[in-house]
Amino acid sequence: MRLHAARLYRTVAAGTFRRYSTYRAATIAGVFTNTVFGFIMAYTYLALWNVRPHLGGYTASDALTYVFIGQSLFAVVAVFGGGATDDMIGRIRSGDISVDLYRPVDLQTWWLATDLGRAAFQFLARGIPPTVVGALAFHLSLPSDPLVWLAFLLSAFLGLLVSFSVRYLVALSGFWLIDTSGTQAAAGILGMFFSGQLLPLNIFPGALKQIAMLLPWAGMQQLPIDVLLRTTASLGGLGGVLALQVTWAAVLLALGRLVTATAVRKVVFQGG
Amino acid sequence: MADIRAVRPLNPVSAYLAVAGMWARSALVYRLNFVLVVVVGLLVNGVEFIGIVFMFMNVPALGGYSLPEVALLYGASGTALGLCDLLFGSIEKIGSRIRDGSLDTFLVRPVRLYPQAAADQFALRRLNRLIQAGGVLVYGLVAADVHWTWGRALMIPVMLICGTAIFEGVFTLGAAFQFWAQDAAEVQNAFTYGGNYLTQYPPTVFAKEMVRGAVFVIPLAFVDWWPALYVLGKPDPLGLPAWTHFLSPVVAGAFCGIAALAWRAAVRGYRSTGS
Repeated sequence: MRLHAARLYRTVAAGTFRRYSTYRAATIAGVFTNTVFGFIMAYTYLALWNVRPHLGGYTASDALTYVFIGQSLFAVVAVFGGGATDDMIGRIRSGDISVDLYRPVDLQTWWLATDLGRAAFQFLARGIPPTVVGALAFHLSLPSDPLVWLAFLLSAFLGLLVSFSVRYLVALSGFWLIDTSGTQAAAGILGMFFSGQLLPLNIFPGALKQIAMLLPWAGMQQLPIDVLLRTTASLGGLGGVLALQVTWAAVLLALGRLVTATAVRKVVFQGG
Repeated sequence: MADIRAVRPLNPVSAYLAVAGMWARSALVYRLNFVLVVVVGLLVNGVEFIGIVFMFMNVPALGGYSLPEVALLYGASGTALGLCDLLFGSIEKIGSRIRDGSLDTFLVRPVRLYPQAAADQFALRRLNRLIQAGGVLVYGLVAADVHWTWGRALMIPVMLICGTAIFEGVFTLGAAFQFWAQDAAEVQNAFTYGGNYLTQYPPTVFAKEMVRGAVFVIPLAFVDWWPALYVLGKPDPLGLPAWTHFLSPVVAGAFCGIAALAWRAAVRGYRSTGS
């Protein structure tokens, strides 16, 4: 029996969703940690915005919204790495990846489906609670227009695609390096710094801010939150943001396919 | 073959040094990789401080503290966590040993469990946090407007030692917690790395309840906030008496005592995963 491709990938995603849903204690622990970090960050940002009430075009409550939505997106978008691509790294190191290559499926789409299943679960379980707790404790500027939320979800989804394609490239580096701890760490710093996880990009100094806003990492946190806060005017509005994200996702996914093809042709796998 | 009667239990310190030394030697075999990992680690930690520098490009002071004063807090907290992480950090990995049952191997050796678990996979590369935070601390000490006295100068090493001990207490409580809440190990990150994040910023920034929690519940305030109030001559955000600024050694001792009891209870209650 041959499964239709789309149905196959749906099954793969659903399987990962179920697998992640069994790590209950870990999920609760993650929510707790993200929320605690949210509170600590919230007060440091409040101290900043108390002195400069319109810093970076945000109000104080915009800044707090930034913090809690950021903590909500943290696990979902996996800016620091992690997610399904970590399993892939393990399989490349052990040589099990050769089994994946025997399968009559596309390697990149297979792992993308796996990662989307993970992200879907973590969106529900780890994404919603930090923002809800944040909204109970502080005044957040959450929009009431459902269309804005829809646009935010679309932008966050595109951010996830970009994040996946970066993590996929990092995992592929394992075909050459075996030990990917170096590339993972490097990708982690770039992600932390340029996604806006460390500090909102709109309060970066001058030229660095302009550049950072155009790089792929901005789409993982800064841009989706700007869509939610409707502070996208300087970025060409909602259309400009989404176009930028779609472009990066397409470029990086295509690059991933290119590198996959090279790796499969040229590299000798672990375990012969 | 050695006479079995000649085998005496190693004392905890030499056991720790033996295990840690072995792991350090094995890391140094791959010299280039070791250097790379340390350099990348320096960058990772460096980026974190750049975030604070960017904040200060927008404001002259945060909660009444200047950049050098925040650098002093950041450096002290980071150095304490870095020392603790280098010396005892592996204890946070005990959950995986419990899960796969390899903790049993430790228990049959004629050495106490704690030094073995603390030195397990001793990672010399964790020097990077220590180097980076130490650098920021030196900048803070030089650049901050401190009216130096003997007492204040002496407070710096006391603060670093007590801070290390308090973080060790937090790590140990976290490890004890993992004996019964294996998958929930991430909770301890909220207190170790979250505690580090909290104490990088001035206490005046946070809500009073959070500061009270850090003074009376999990004594993170004594890592650097309270000693630094004395060093920098800053007003106490909770209005506590001035002698509390010198309490770090007492608090660190008591907290480590509590952590040791929790650890002991956890190990006593340990049941192997079995085979």
